[in-house]
Amino acid sequence: MKNLFENLDKVLEHSVRLQIMSVLVANDSYDFNSLKDIVAVTDGNLASNLKSLEKEKYITFTKSFIDRKPNTRYKVTDRGRIVFKKHIDALEALVKQQKK
Amino acid sequence: MKEIKEYEKDLASIRTMMERSVKFISLSGLSGVLSGIYALAGALTAYFLIYYPYSPYGFQFYFLTQETVIVKLLATAVAVLVLSLGTGYGLSLQKAKKLGVPIWNITSRQLLMDLLIPLATGGLFLLILISWEYYIIVAPTCLVFYGLALINGSRNTYDEVKYLGLTEIALGLTSALLPGYSLLFWATGFGVMHIVYGTAMHYRYDR
Repeated sequence: MKNLFENLDKVLEHSVRLQIMSVLVANDSYDFNSLKDIVAVTDGNLASNLKSLEKEKYITFTKSFIDRKPNTRYKVTDRGRIVFKKHIDALEALVKQQKK
Repeated sequence: MKEIKEYEKDLASIRTMMERSVKFISLSGLSGVLSGIYALAGALTAYFLIYYPYSPYGFQFYFLTQETVIVKLLATAVAVLVLSLGTGYGLSLQKAKKLGVPIWNITSRQLLMDLLIPLATGGLFLLILISWEYYIIVAPTCLVFYGLALINGSRNTYDEVKYLGLTEIALGLTSALLPGYSLLFWATGFGVMHIVYGTAMHYRYDR
């Protein structure tokens, strides 16, 4: 049992960060405003969670301008993808064990 | 440390986020049914323009020699297309509002591009066929390109769209093998199949 909890990722235990990662894993890339619509949180909340994911090198971003408005696109890194997979495997194992 | 309940909630939210971020969920089943009805009305108009008072069966493409008939047929096709697109857009807008998601997002843009490239190619190809008077192959070409467009767009929307695409391609190819019956195949593909798949999607996702 203890082992299973150790497999959970501390950074991804936060639900907003987990949701951001889910969106990025399922898509090639996603921009800030679309992320905000889908995760349904405030600008500040989203930005700070993106920053912490970026600090862990789970995601990268590119900045560009569309019609003079800044557009930031986020992408999941290979490391992020591996960590995310491990985290949901652990979640599933935990839930499954509980149901036995 | 969190409760197991919370882990279950996490897993459920991962699933919703992945699905919502990839799929255009505002697509309305009802708009499929309505486009099917428009297509059937269009096919009926075409029948009166081409075959009436003869039966719609048989190898009769040689009736299509008058310029005015071709213009009328094209006008009918454009009317069906515009009505279908308008209804599709309107009903999707309504559904998006109900679901509380924006209609113009990254997913719908992706879906539109994926649909438009094969559709525009097909449209231009059809105009070329018509200009060379290859009328016999026009309806099969409509079906095949439409089917390819649906399959290309299906990764961003419900799975039914993919199966509808495969059905349209099968109908299109069969129709190409059976010249003279193409209006019947066209009416089946654009009319009946839209109604069938639209009804299925309506009951599965819209209620």
